[in-house]
Amino acid sequence: MANLETKTVGESWVTTTFETLEDWAQRHSFWPFPFGTACCAIEFMSTVSSHYDVARFGSEVVRFSPRQSDVLLVAGTINDKMGPVLKRIYDQMAEPKWVISMGACACSGGFYRAYHVMQGIDEIIPVDVYVPGCPPTPEGLIYGILQLKERVVRDRRRAAERAKAGATNGKESASADAGRAVPA
Amino acid sequence: MPTLAEPSLLDAVAAKLPAGSVAVQEGADQPTWVVRREALSDVARALHDGRETRFDLLLDVAGVDYPERSDEEGGRFEVVYHLYSVTRNDRLRLKVPVAESDAVLPSLIPVWKGANWFEREVYDMFGIRFTGHPNLSRILCHEAFQGHPLRKDYDPARRWILTEDDIYKPHFDLPEGEDDLFERMTVNIGPSHPAMHGTFRLMAVLDGEEIIASDVEIGYLHRCFEKMAETHNWQQVIPYTDRLNYCSAFINNVAYCKTVEKLLGIEAPPRAVWARTILSEFSRVMDHCVCNGTTLVDAGALTNFWYMFQPREEIYGLIEACCGARLTVSYGRIGGLAQDLPPDFEARSRRLLEIIPAFIEDTEKLVDKNRIWLDRSVGVAAISGEEAINWSWTGPCLRASGVALDQRRAVPYDLYDTLDFEVPTLQGGDVYDRFRIRMLEIRESLKIIRQLLDRGMPEGPYIVADPHVALPAKDAAYNQMEAMIYHFKLIMDGIQVPAGEIYSAVEGANGELGFYAISDGSSKPYRLKVRPPCFPIFSTFPTLINGGSLSDAIVSLGGLNVIAGELER
Repeated sequence: MANLETKTVGESWVTTTFETLEDWAQRHSFWPFPFGTACCAIEFMSTVSSHYDVARFGSEVVRFSPRQSDVLLVAGTINDKMGPVLKRIYDQMAEPKWVISMGACACSGGFYRAYHVMQGIDEIIPVDVYVPGCPPTPEGLIYGILQLKERVVRDRRRAAERAKAGATNGKESASADAGRAVPA
Repeated sequence: MPTLAEPSLLDAVAAKLPAGSVAVQEGADQPTWVVRREALSDVARALHDGRETRFDLLLDVAGVDYPERSDEEGGRFEVVYHLYSVTRNDRLRLKVPVAESDAVLPSLIPVWKGANWFEREVYDMFGIRFTGHPNLSRILCHEAFQGHPLRKDYDPARRWILTEDDIYKPHFDLPEGEDDLFERMTVNIGPSHPAMHGTFRLMAVLDGEEIIASDVEIGYLHRCFEKMAETHNWQQVIPYTDRLNYCSAFINNVAYCKTVEKLLGIEAPPRAVWARTILSEFSRVMDHCVCNGTTLVDAGALTNFWYMFQPREEIYGLIEACCGARLTVSYGRIGGLAQDLPPDFEARSRRLLEIIPAFIEDTEKLVDKNRIWLDRSVGVAAISGEEAINWSWTGPCLRASGVALDQRRAVPYDLYDTLDFEVPTLQGGDVYDRFRIRMLEIRESLKIIRQLLDRGMPEGPYIVADPHVALPAKDAAYNQMEAMIYHFKLIMDGIQVPAGEIYSAVEGANGELGFYAISDGSSKPYRLKVRPPCFPIFSTFPTLINGGSLSDAIVSLGGLNVIAGELER
């Protein structure tokens, strides 16, 4: 826990902020939902099996239930038939949630510019990390997962800042409205 | 090819049929009959049942669209049936012209059950109807799709949006009566379910624990391979073939390149053929490892999955050294290979031969006497050889049912006729034997590789020297005018393939992988139809699991080795 904004008191306990603790826990234990459809799913299997062992990065607890997972890992081509299924699964996941788009097909449709292929999953769901490649190597996917860890912390900080700024902005706009109301 | 039947035999059969029902055509690669639509059912029945013909395996059904053909010339469409006789090792192609105004054909399901999904696909892609088909609905495209995408006038990029309201309605053949004991319940599994491997949907009607009727839905990975092939150059199709059976991508490369090479009338140089054979066998090992690994995972044996995946990683190392890619290799080229083999190719291959057997043996030790695995697999989802042939099965699944059909032996291509290897067969035809046969085949593949390595790598070029087919070397393209022009022409115009048609097949990792290519003499394929081995195998799935329990259905899917990319293309 050395990297927390912490103060060690004695030998057995530390003090920290709740947000820091939450960040730390969240980003070191992703529970991915592997939405694997095609070739990328085989590389995802390589990533979780013993050679690359994604457990080293705290992301090996794959869950096939959207209710239990916080990262939707879309690995493979999504076509128009699969679209409603993917959307439904994304909607079923509880907040906070993130999406990794693995491979060219999920990112942009890849080289399938075709009548039945979705031109990137961001047509229907928001994406946090795009991992390029056809398919990406396991190293590429692991890099994407590491990027997502950064993103988790950044997102939370930004949300906190926005909440703070929103509070002040709200006051300003209220007074501005009041000012405008006078000449009318 | 030794498989061509003596024309006299087929002529004699044709003469016995009613006059005018069949016209014998000069086929470049195999005998071809043009059959009148009205006579199709009788001709099919005669060819299947006839003692001297015995065309017991329906390999493939392909539609072709010729928009400029008038009704007097036979009509806009042509439906092409590829037949194979397992007993006589013989092939025949039937072509049936169909007019657009009356695009109806009789269904051939009564003769070959395997025709079921093939006909649905032709209906989906071309809008040709089949009378007597029990469930003529779309199979690859979704339900909200309008039009028929493989018609020449369909815009390749025209999409239709599917909403949840329009999804597929299952088709059940429910047995009559006697359901007093338990309430019937319909269970839906997939498409996003680990047991369905991400892309299949199974709907089963249960009576208690027993499945009494079921239906599967596919199309969740239809990526329009055949339309893409028609809009790209011949050599640009190679990366698309990688993504058919992505567990053994290189075999697809080889199958496709060989098809085009036959159309061009060229042959790959010995060095390329040698490397193709070795890498194909390594790909087969990888494919079997994934298949058996996932089968065991579906049965709950996760440890084996780690064991079976490690050989893959090791083989990836070799493939990466050859071409830089791990999974989707694009290493084959029309006329040879993309680049020369790495200097340590032999050393790497020999190391693989040493380490792979240990993983196979470890896996076998874990499961061979494992009571849980045996209870769940022996006798489950069994199919007889005869039945499997009628369902158009090929490959390891068919060999597990006792039929020794292997294209490497039946129609030896490349170096296979010079190699010493067995075609193992087992008799059970159940989940257990489909698992065992792959373990045996992995050993045969390693045996083949060892023999080839012992022969040594042939010297010489890795691709043909024909400048109309193969790109010139980079330094020549930069420094010589002539080479630069050839380079420019090949990149801009592509390979010009002479007009003609061909069906060419190799033994893929899960069965006969064939390409039916039609060229109109231009740089793009006019039509390219894949004969996907797992497509007819998976069409049998509802029949296989009916009568069993739901857990039997889960454990039997993995062993069929259904690869979505190839199934739905």
